[in-house]
Amino acid sequence: METLQRNWYPIASSSDLPFRHTFHGQLLGREFAVWRADDGYVNVWENRCLHRGVRLSIGINDGAELKCQYHGWRYANRTAGCTYIPAHPADAPARTICNRTYPAVEQYGLIWSGESPDGEPPQIAEFDSGVPFALRPIPVNAPADLVASKLGEYTFQPSARIDGDGATVQSEIGPAGCISLMSAEDDVASRVLFFVQPVDSNRSVIRGVLCECPEPPDEHAVLMHHNQRVSALRDLIEAEAVKLPTPEPMQPVIHRVSEELASMPQQTLSGRTAPLRVQVSRKWDAADGIAGIELTAVNGQLPTFQPGAHIDVHMPNGLVRQYSLTNGPGETQSYTIGVKLEPDSRGGSQCMHEDVRQGDVLAISEPRNNFPLRRDAIETLFVAGGIGITPLLSMARALGHSNLPHELHYFAQSGQHMAFPDVLASLDEALVPHLGLDPQATGKQLDKLLGGYEPAMHLYVCGPGPMLEATRRIAAEHGWPDESVHFEYFKNTNEIDDSSSFEIDLARSVMTLQVPAGKTILEVLRDSGVDVPSSCEQGACGTCMTTVLEGEPDHQDVYLNESEKSSGDCIMTCVSRAKSDRLVLDI
Amino acid sequence: MTVCTDKTVLDQWYAIGAVAEMEAGVESHTILLEEALCYAIDGLGIPRAWRQSVGEQNPLPVQCAYGYVWTCLGEPSGDIFTIPEFFETDRRNMNAASIGVNVSAPRAIENFLDMGHFPYVHTDILGVEPHTEVKEYDVEISEKNDEILATRCRFFQPMASTASGGGADVEYVYRVPHPFCSVLYKSSPMDESRMDVIAVFLQPVDQEHIRAHMMLSVLDEANDDKTIRMFQQTIFGQDKPILENQFPKRLPLDPRAETPIRADKSAITYRRWLSRKGISYGVIPAAA
Repeated sequence: METLQRNWYPIASSSDLPFRHTFHGQLLGREFAVWRADDGYVNVWENRCLHRGVRLSIGINDGAELKCQYHGWRYANRTAGCTYIPAHPADAPARTICNRTYPAVEQYGLIWSGESPDGEPPQIAEFDSGVPFALRPIPVNAPADLVASKLGEYTFQPSARIDGDGATVQSEIGPAGCISLMSAEDDVASRVLFFVQPVDSNRSVIRGVLCECPEPPDEHAVLMHHNQRVSALRDLIEAEAVKLPTPEPMQPVIHRVSEELASMPQQTLSGRTAPLRVQVSRKWDAADGIAGIELTAVNGQLPTFQPGAHIDVHMPNGLVRQYSLTNGPGETQSYTIGVKLEPDSRGGSQCMHEDVRQGDVLAISEPRNNFPLRRDAIETLFVAGGIGITPLLSMARALGHSNLPHELHYFAQSGQHMAFPDVLASLDEALVPHLGLDPQATGKQLDKLLGGYEPAMHLYVCGPGPMLEATRRIAAEHGWPDESVHFEYFKNTNEIDDSSSFEIDLARSVMTLQVPAGKTILEVLRDSGVDVPSSCEQGACGTCMTTVLEGEPDHQDVYLNESEKSSGDCIMTCVSRAKSDRLVLDI
Repeated sequence: MTVCTDKTVLDQWYAIGAVAEMEAGVESHTILLEEALCYAIDGLGIPRAWRQSVGEQNPLPVQCAYGYVWTCLGEPSGDIFTIPEFFETDRRNMNAASIGVNVSAPRAIENFLDMGHFPYVHTDILGVEPHTEVKEYDVEISEKNDEILATRCRFFQPMASTASGGGADVEYVYRVPHPFCSVLYKSSPMDESRMDVIAVFLQPVDQEHIRAHMMLSVLDEANDDKTIRMFQQTIFGQDKPILENQFPKRLPLDPRAETPIRADKSAITYRRWLSRKGISYGVIPAAA
């Protein structure tokens, strides 16, 4: 048995895997679900969903994933990793549920696999000179070795003399243990190679391959010829097999899942909650590398949002990411976000791009606005870099709707990289694209744009860190005060120093807690049962901002501006710490 | 003499046939725990059951309950569990169907307890996308009755029963009072304060085959028996191919055999309960 498990066997014909079909295969007692994705990749998986053991061969091949019929779990092409569990849109554990895969190689019109085969599937020189032609597979109720021994007696006509009856046939053991038969009549000859697939101890499939594909009109006749002859041989083999004692069926080992997967994940009761359920009602390419995703409420009405607001999206892989709403005023029937595929994605944008599909249910937080828009400016300038367009798009639409003076300066690599072109078109002359500029040219352009500061003008910036820094610096040089420059970082790239330890007093809760090195204020609060809102948990979004009544904060966030930081009266509890021994917080 | 050696399983009562489908004095045949049985009912409604191999002279323990003939191949460990609602006079009680399924009894019980499959298996009837979430619910083992109780189960249903007009969040209560029987209570569309009862009484034919007897006790004045039965048979007909494609057919009790999620709380409790009872029939016991 062990040696058989190290062999390669054909387990299906290529023609068994038509568009979006799932084929039920079996080898050495183990069942397989075999399916071809739209990209041509052939997947050979253990034939059971890891959840409740339902056969995946009755699953739905949607071209990219295989969906279990029972609970809609989806498994990805190639990796067999589970990408979606519809019963729990929120609070997905960060664990990878992966189905068991087997090697798959497609050659000579057959799919080859094995339990744990050595090396590569056999290369067969006989097939090199022509186009191999797979015959119809014939199942036989007999052990594989009996079938193989009887195949030496097979006789057939060469393809070019299919109606004759005078061929002489010679058989030999061919490469990889196959049975090689040469049929010759007059000056024509054909060679067929038979491989025996051991389905179980008393069941086999005869898989024949002709070394040369017959000429088109003869194909059918040749197939019929071999079908009849192999079927006749099957009857002989089965008649012999019933005389022998029936071997016990093979018992393939069903491997246990890991300890981590076996335990039921606990429900998270504190921390970032996601009370809303939305369905991905539309997903489209909003620009090169940017997915537009429209989210519609599963039940009832979505809460009101303000321009600049973001939501936390809880992903099927357990990650939580923040995305700004791009919606215009009055667009309350759905939320629209733009997700850029980050080349160095840690799984967030990749999940949104590759795994999340139209129709999926996601859990999201209520919209929060930590990047509020003032509407009392004499003029508002928006500076967007790349995907930083998303909150500013919502803001510009709001001001445009109220006819308030504003300009939206959109720095992007090219026109193809500008997101949501249909919405951008509606902004008319308020939109000023700046395309393909290097950092130096961007700096020059910003210098020009920010030159004419006057009181009651406001600037909103969102974009990659370096561009944001440059904009803030240039604005300051042109006399823009901190309170007129509003910004939102995608992420905090500062290295967080969490080596300090200190005490926090919670003024309203009357609690004193110790924050040790390596733990954040937020974590200490939650460990003690104090639930405080948070979102990005890296000092970028501002959700966990808390008032400081006493003590000196050690700011490590990118949310507060310099004057807010130096005033010392608020703190981001997710990353910032204390320079003093003690902080008194208004909690 | 008996094939099944699991004493806990042998000592249970099993429904083996619906009284309404029997004719007085006519013998019926069935298989329970791999043993061929005969059963009959007389003109007064008194049931009898015996092993085919042994004959009528040595009858088995037998009784009628909830519209079925019940018997026991071992020594009955107690009486049949109670379903008090069955005796309320304004209810419609009936056998919706007795259906053969190629699956072990505990796999079928788990399917009966499961809500997560509604949108996928009972599409547009008991569930519909995007209402796929299984909300938190409570499961406990009642010490008093030694039965599993799942409460606060809620699921959005587009058409919860024959009497319901549209979609609604439906509340469920599940009981598992017997290793191979379960009783489901769901809010009645006719009367908010009361619940319809749907019970499955599984007759294990062998370790991997059952007959599922589906008993209904419902509040429904609008539909005839045939319509009510058809509805339940449609539901069961959708579950059957899924159940018959579960592998292995016996329920694995090793916690590392399959991957649970929180929605499977009641199934996990059920598997542990079977383990604790030492059940070995129809399951793959966890390695000690």
